[in-house]
Amino acid sequence: MSYFSVDSVSLSFGGVRAIRDLSFDVAQGEVFAIIGPNGAGKTSVFNVITRVFNASSGRISFDGKDITHVPRHRIVDYGIARTFQNIELFEGAAVIDNLLLGRHRFPYGNLISEICWLPNIRRAEAESRARVEDIIDFLELAPYRNSLVSALPYGVRKVVELARALATQPKLLLLDEPASGLNPEEARDLAFWIDDIRSDLGVTVIMIEHDMSLVSQAADRVMCMNAGQVLAIGAVDEVQSNPTVISAYLGT
Amino acid sequence: MRFAYDTSYSDAQQLLRYRSQWICYGALAIALIVAPWLLPAYYVGELSYLFIVSIASLALMVLTGFTGQVSLGHAAFMAIGAYTHTLLLDQGIGFIPSILGAATLTGFVGFIIGLPAIRVSGLYLAMVTLAYAMLTEQIIGRWKDVTGGFTGIPVSPPSLFGYDLSSLKGFYFLCLVILVAVLLGLINLMRGRTGRAFIGVRDSEAAAATLGIWVGGYKVLAFVISAFVTGIAGALLAHHLQFLTPDGFSVMLSMELVLMVVIGGLGSLRGAIFGAILIGMLPTLISKIKPLLPTSISSQFGLETFVFGLILALFVMFEPNGLNGRWLKLKILFENFPLYRRNTFRRGKTYMHSERYR
Ligand SMILES: Nc1ncnc2c1ncn2[C@@H]1O[C@H](COP(=O)(O)OP(=O)(O)OP(=O)(O)O)[C@@H](O)[C@H]1O
Ligand SMILES: [Mg+2]
Repeated sequence: MSYFSVDSVSLSFGGVRAIRDLSFDVAQGEVFAIIGPNGAGKTSVFNVITRVFNASSGRISFDGKDITHVPRHRIVDYGIARTFQNIELFEGAAVIDNLLLGRHRFPYGNLISEICWLPNIRRAEAESRARVEDIIDFLELAPYRNSLVSALPYGVRKVVELARALATQPKLLLLDEPASGLNPEEARDLAFWIDDIRSDLGVTVIMIEHDMSLVSQAADRVMCMNAGQVLAIGAVDEVQSNPTVISAYLGT
Repeated sequence: MRFAYDTSYSDAQQLLRYRSQWICYGALAIALIVAPWLLPAYYVGELSYLFIVSIASLALMVLTGFTGQVSLGHAAFMAIGAYTHTLLLDQGIGFIPSILGAATLTGFVGFIIGLPAIRVSGLYLAMVTLAYAMLTEQIIGRWKDVTGGFTGIPVSPPSLFGYDLSSLKGFYFLCLVILVAVLLGLINLMRGRTGRAFIGVRDSEAAAATLGIWVGGYKVLAFVISAFVTGIAGALLAHHLQFLTPDGFSVMLSMELVLMVVIGGLGSLRGAIFGAILIGMLPTLISKIKPLLPTSISSQFGLETFVFGLILALFVMFEPNGLNGRWLKLKILFENFPLYRRNTFRRGKTYMHSERYR
């Protein structure tokens, strides 16, 4: 059985069938890209995986476990983290607190020891802080550590969101259009980071992306979707030159 | 100039990190300790009252400022705390078990009231809590055998380990100690995992859930904690009033508490106290100023409400971050003198933020 697999999953909103009988597999350590025209159902795939929506049929499994019916706030315990297309940061909090929130799932003391700030809480906080500082170093966020998110430019927010996802120490990372709104320089940094995330941290990555230069630079395989269905899966140049894919983008 | 310079992650956990902070808070502590001997009796009582409303304001801040849930029902939590404490004292139960019992019962009611918050928020939640507050006022008024109804019941004086604390000074220190304890506990809770989760729930439920935060659970937890602490404030208020009637806990009190947290600055415990001091002192201030005003104004009915409204409107327009926002600006001005940048606090662009999943 493959590391991550989506097995004939469907999802509809009333009459709109956002995903139709979709299946694909991702191998451990792979960077897998999803492309497709607007409204193809790409984000919906992430929403089904992270349990925002219930699939109307089908099965999703990860690392040998069926995650089709796991409660939404438990998904992270299975080692799955994500970012959002429209950035969902905690705007009223500093960058450091956003990242510490990524550590929510790790062991911590009970409410009473938290109220009294007992040594076990101090240790847990120092430990979290150390892990988060590693990520700050890795993604070069040090200048923004104590800034409020609401004061940050768009490109930095994108990186903070990536950092927060990494703070959960995921095994599978879902990135929804990580390069949208980034300038070319930031997009290049991102390609290198994705590579490091896979090779140094050993994280499997699924990313939705429109920027084909990033896709060809970072991804091992790519899946093109249209109208909730798979058009083609394979190596990047293969899919890019596939006639049905081309016609889907041209809208014929 | 002052730079934040940590040499270890535990440095960053110190509450008071600089000598200047030790000096300021030390001076404040000394001032508060000697105040009852220096101030006229009336003001000592007034300060005790400010401590009590500060506790309630802190409690509402946890709910509204940190989890973003509006409550117009906090007067009812105070009432439940006050009546339960009074009734328990009448049963001959000691002060500490009685106040804890009152707080626990209030916390339990907070749990029940918090349950609808899993489903509704914003204006609808405000309505639910308002309805609950009015219902509580009615129940207290009608349940004569226990609460004394609208005629009210007297409150027995506080005493701790055999010491009578009903004197002005005794009660002042009782309230001060409880305020400091509540404040420290909440500071810890809000800077720890629970407080961060509250902020997460407030700013993005979608993101919070993907990080493993059980959104509904934390919303209810915020209600429980807030109600528990409000129950403590209510119990102390009972001693301050010395006689309980349901109209001591009207919707106006809930409104004042909301004003305190909004004017103080949502999301800051310090702001809750600033707000409580300002709003708590207003009635006294107004009554002092009143004789100086022309009779055509001072005889107007509802002058207080008007001033409350005016202050709220001014804050919302000119300082949305409240008194705490002002405070931070002044502080940064002094710390970075002479290098103040006017734009430090200018908010960046707000990018499209929607809790829709696409
Ligand atoms: N919450 C929702 N309620 C109703 N319809 C939805 C919802 N979310 C998505 N849809 C619909 O499902 C379809 C797929 O949407 P989805 O957001 O997955 O597309 P996408 O491939 O991510 O597009 P884009 O490139 O614009 O982000 C669209 O027709 C969209 O209108
Ligand atoms: Mg999308």
